[in-house]
Amino acid sequence: MLLQLKEIYKDYPQGRSMVPVLKHVSLDVEEGQYIAIMGPSGSGKTTLMNIIGCLDVPTSGDYLLDGQNISREKDAKMASIRNRFIGFVFQQFNLLPKLTALDNVALPLLYAGVNKKERRARAAEALKKVGLEDRIKFRPNQLSGGQCQRVAIARAIVGNPRLLLADEPTGALDSKSGTQIMELFKKLNEEGMTIVMITHEQSIADCAQKIYYILDGELRDNRGNW
Amino acid sequence: MFENIALAFQGIIGHKLRSFLTMLGIIIGIASIISIVSTIKGTNEQIKQNLIGSGNNSVVVQLNQGGYEYEMAYESLPEGVPVITEDVRQEIEDLEEVECASLFLSRRYTNDTVFHQKNAYNGSLYGIDENYFDVYGYYIQIGRNFTEEDFAWFRKVAILDSTAAKALFPTGNPVGQVVEIHGEPFTIIGQMDQTSAFEPVINSVNDYRTYNSNDNGGQIFVPSSVWGIIYRYDEPQSVAVRAASTDDMTKAGKNTADILNARLTVDNDSDLAYKSNDLLEEAKQLQELSSATNNQLLWIAGISLLVGGIGVMNIMLVTVTERTREIGLKKAIGARKRRILFQFLTEAVVLTGMGGLLGVLAGIILSQVISNLSGTPTAISMSASLVAVIFSMVIGIVFGLLPAIKAANLNPIEALRRE
Repeated sequence: MLLQLKEIYKDYPQGRSMVPVLKHVSLDVEEGQYIAIMGPSGSGKTTLMNIIGCLDVPTSGDYLLDGQNISREKDAKMASIRNRFIGFVFQQFNLLPKLTALDNVALPLLYAGVNKKERRARAAEALKKVGLEDRIKFRPNQLSGGQCQRVAIARAIVGNPRLLLADEPTGALDSKSGTQIMELFKKLNEEGMTIVMITHEQSIADCAQKIYYILDGELRDNRGNW
Repeated sequence: MFENIALAFQGIIGHKLRSFLTMLGIIIGIASIISIVSTIKGTNEQIKQNLIGSGNNSVVVQLNQGGYEYEMAYESLPEGVPVITEDVRQEIEDLEEVECASLFLSRRYTNDTVFHQKNAYNGSLYGIDENYFDVYGYYIQIGRNFTEEDFAWFRKVAILDSTAAKALFPTGNPVGQVVEIHGEPFTIIGQMDQTSAFEPVINSVNDYRTYNSNDNGGQIFVPSSVWGIIYRYDEPQSVAVRAASTDDMTKAGKNTADILNARLTVDNDSDLAYKSNDLLEEAKQLQELSSATNNQLLWIAGISLLVGGIGVMNIMLVTVTERTREIGLKKAIGARKRRILFQFLTEAVVLTGMGGLLGVLAGIILSQVISNLSGTPTAISMSASLVAVIFSMVIGIVFGLLPAIKAANLNPIEALRRE
């Protein structure tokens, strides 16, 4: 099992009281699986993604990533896990506007302590994988939205992570670009990449092998099982 | 590290106007400090040059009694003070620090001693040997120098400086004229001048003049062999030496005095001793006096640096806010707190370091302008410039720390969500 969530609870302070955002969430994802998590806004799906992405820690419950319980880890350790295990794809791409596509993609390798020559070589390779080998020197403002998201995907996979975590990856794209991104995800999954995608669009979620629904902080699968 | 510096430069170039305005506080602070330090240093150099005899490193060793120059009013050396002979002069000249030594006699303020027709002269009178002009770096401007024959044959000849020439011969060439010294006729054979002269610009010109043995009353020189014709003694009472270098002056004067004092056979009560006119020491005292006032200016300039530092902090806080998403993204993909902290610290340090460099340049230009406008001398201090740049980088660290900590502690979730 690549990742296992066991009875995850997450409370957020609101005024003086604590508001529960996630309630007894349990989720197993196997290596090579491609799942989608759906839910309306305010359902707690972003909080769930933050916990899966090691950006946040649960109030209670255990999170096992590759068999290792990381639900109580310190900040520096979490940063290292994010860097090595997880690749992020965001709705707003979050590319650094002053860097070229190549330098944007190479950024996670910088934090992993890879030398410059190897960084460039691996970043070029990742860009080739997403079909942008001819856009290496372009800056984000010289690229289309779909191209930007593909650069972001290249950045997410450049460090060979175990898990690709996508938060509304097509939310800022037209349908044609969105379809291309989904095709890319499918290809990456076929090559063995585990993907967890969060979306509120049914058509996008349908690309995944399994769909979970989250409502009022509670998770269930498409058969309605809690 | 290099990536951080490169990124910092990119950021600064990307916001040229903003970066410049931010640096301006540092630039102004550093520029004023550099120009103040340059002025202090320039004034000090000038005081030193003025006092130590126009840069030819001459030191006078005189017989002193109770802290003052021994008064030759009795027209003979006091008991127990032997005559300084040529052998002693040779011994002094053999000292390592001494390049050249001269024996001489002198009288200051020779009221009613020297006349030419109705003109009187009230300056100093010197009875000198062949080495005197060499020690002081004097040269003959008009006429000729003393010759061996002048000394050997007791010729009543004299050389004067421009001040004495002006007093005795307001119009016309003094050379060839005859003056009356203590009733004796002396022929003027030449007029001398100093090889290099610096205009005194220090604020205590009078102090300087009292320390300077070549006072402003003028100088008239006669061969020491004819001194006895004017006064009733002719034993050389003073020694002038030229030190090998400016730094050797104190040592040369002291060692010369030691040789002379070793020959004294006077009572301890008499308070008689040879003492060097230690101009270097006196220069230091004057320098301290002039530096003290300027040092207060440095504190005021320091305040403008403080203001500059606050400006840097302000703009760094704005930068952190502007780049919240960038920081969030970097943290999400694995950048540690420390890396974010260093990135922003580096940016602040590069910013203030550049400000410091520009400030040093501006300070150098400013001090040249001040020097040209007011006539105050300046000397650029390399060490002060280096300290200024390093200090401005320290300001970057101090005032960049708060914004950098703020950036490092940003929550990546909230940072990514912010527009």
